[in-house]
Amino acid sequence: MNEVSEKSNLDVKNLHVGFQTKKSVIKILNGIDFSVKKGETLCIVGESGCGKSLTSLSIMGLLPKTGNITAGEILFDGKDLAKLNQKQLSSIRGNEISMIFQEPMTSLNPVHRIGKQITESIRLHQKVRKKEAEERAIEMLRLVGIPSPEKRIHQYPHELSGGMRQRVMIAMALSCKPKLLIADEPTTALDVTIQAQILELINKLKQEMEMSIVMITHDLGVVSEIADSVLVMYAGEVVEYSDVKSLFRNPQHPYTKGLIESIPKMDVEMAELPVIKGSVPDPMEMPTGCRFSTRCPYAQAACFYEVPPMEESEDSHQVRCWMYSERWETIEREGILDDCSRETAASRELIGG
Amino acid sequence: MIAAEKQQPQENLLEVNSLKKYFPVGGGGLFSKENHYVKAVDDISFAIKKGETLGIVGESGCGKSTMGRVILHLQAATEGEVLFEGKEISQFNKNELRKLRKDIQIIFQDPFGSLNPRLTVGAMLSEIVRVHKIVPKKDELRYVQNLLQDVGLNPEHFWRYPHEFSGGQRQRISIARALAVRPKLIVCDEAVSALDVSVQAQVLNLLQKLKNKYQLTYIFISHDLSVVKHISDRVGVMYLGKLVELADKREIYKSPRHPYTQALFSAIPDVSSEKKKERIILTGDVPSPLNIPSGCRFHTRCPLASDICKSEVPEFREKDGHRVACHFA
Repeated sequence: MNEVSEKSNLDVKNLHVGFQTKKSVIKILNGIDFSVKKGETLCIVGESGCGKSLTSLSIMGLLPKTGNITAGEILFDGKDLAKLNQKQLSSIRGNEISMIFQEPMTSLNPVHRIGKQITESIRLHQKVRKKEAEERAIEMLRLVGIPSPEKRIHQYPHELSGGMRQRVMIAMALSCKPKLLIADEPTTALDVTIQAQILELINKLKQEMEMSIVMITHDLGVVSEIADSVLVMYAGEVVEYSDVKSLFRNPQHPYTKGLIESIPKMDVEMAELPVIKGSVPDPMEMPTGCRFSTRCPYAQAACFYEVPPMEESEDSHQVRCWMYSERWETIEREGILDDCSRETAASRELIGG
Repeated sequence: MIAAEKQQPQENLLEVNSLKKYFPVGGGGLFSKENHYVKAVDDISFAIKKGETLGIVGESGCGKSTMGRVILHLQAATEGEVLFEGKEISQFNKNELRKLRKDIQIIFQDPFGSLNPRLTVGAMLSEIVRVHKIVPKKDELRYVQNLLQDVGLNPEHFWRYPHEFSGGQRQRISIARALAVRPKLIVCDEAVSALDVSVQAQVLNLLQKLKNKYQLTYIFISHDLSVVKHISDRVGVMYLGKLVELADKREIYKSPRHPYTQALFSAIPDVSSEKKKERIILTGDVPSPLNIPSGCRFHTRCPLASDICKSEVPEFREKDGHRVACHFA
């Protein structure tokens, strides 16, 4: 979409995250790999519970107490964020990496004026006078399109509308000129007309401030508007990783295909929407083979037993599916299981896993 | 031509005439007699035919949910009338109201908050069936289990509690609950908004299937334009308590006439088209319903606004079955 330099800003390699319970560790993220180049926007899409928010929280070092990074690296500017302690992390958080959350209603402090909330983060990370910080806050508010910011900094969050609050959140996130912005469903709580304003604003600011963005969303429409590359997640794994144009022109993983098809289209009329059958598997009872195998219309016997590797299927397009591997012909020759044995295979898998 | 004539004489199931719902809010002070009002629904009229699905779209705070509630008589209208099968519902006595509750049902957005966590699905559904005397007691179990199958659940789910279900399954239970009393009209208030896309598609297909099976009529309230387009026959667009446009869905999506509708449609991010369409980005926020702009309510954000828009309220005019409230349409 715009210039993307070759040097990568964020490199996530083989990230595993697990949650400690009394009995065992539940694995939620299972080997996440991606990188974000300078000036690039990466969108992470997937349905609720697929681990997309958890990925962003691990980058920020904000995992809940019971959650741990069990393996893998998060390289940001050459530093491994997974190995830093909380003190080192907090000098990066809000300064070099910022985050915007979904709910602008609950992420602002209701008892402080918004001016104070913005200057606080500026003064925490940079040695500036109060006066300067305030000027900077006003400048940021103007940048995000809030009219008469001099007055607004003296207002409380409840005096602003949802869209305005989200702008304040963005202003706050950008006040230290971060190199990386993580936005977790930033427009989900907003109306479409306001969503359009905010997406345009994020795009404009990205170009002005030359930062990278990791945007988490469940809305493929938003992805097509804003992304350079897309990571599709399913049940804690990356199933497809591609350039945005290539993804929408030629979606490859059966899950991605199903996802795109199940959105009602504005320009096509259908009596019935195509659906993905079944529902997301429980993290305690993950299928041992391909995690999508239990819902996949193309699944063959091997899909239930062996985890498919992430492979490049065409230029800058990776997919985790046996259909795109060299082995597919032999897998197909072994044949589709009939429904009965497919079910027993699935249940055997569950017990084994 | 013959088919069109056949469809014509269909009666209106529901008619809404200049419906208003104002909420009083505190005026000057404790002893001040003057009241201010939030005009949540302000002079809305439309009619729904039997077997039709009317979609209502609009942004948050435009009054679409309040309208749904007033139609169900969950809240009394401030002014105006709601006619169900030709009878005015505000005049109903207790018995008639009880029957009305059976005829009109509602499905809410939040599948987690709208089911009683202490009752099994079966107990909850059987209670409804018993209270409204839908079937004799001995047939209760079979009736409810059939209902569960109708909405794509298993008969064994009868003995389970709501927390054992996923979001999509809970919404199916809500649908079963609405269906249990054999209603004629179902108001779906953001019924699929809290669901993931793949689950949303499943529930939309289910609603469509049930509509054909039981000859239902839907009012489908949503902020999601593509969903409304998919399921509705006609679509109404609301802005700040008023209906600004109402037309057949093909017509309204092909040639929207109100500038607000146009902006709304252009704001939807679309997956299917590769070339980016021309965007109309509205400036500013929706004005507060406490302080509604004079004249046309949309003039503060409208790209076409001129002097007449500030002073005169545009009429809700009809032309070839396409109704729109704009001086320039």
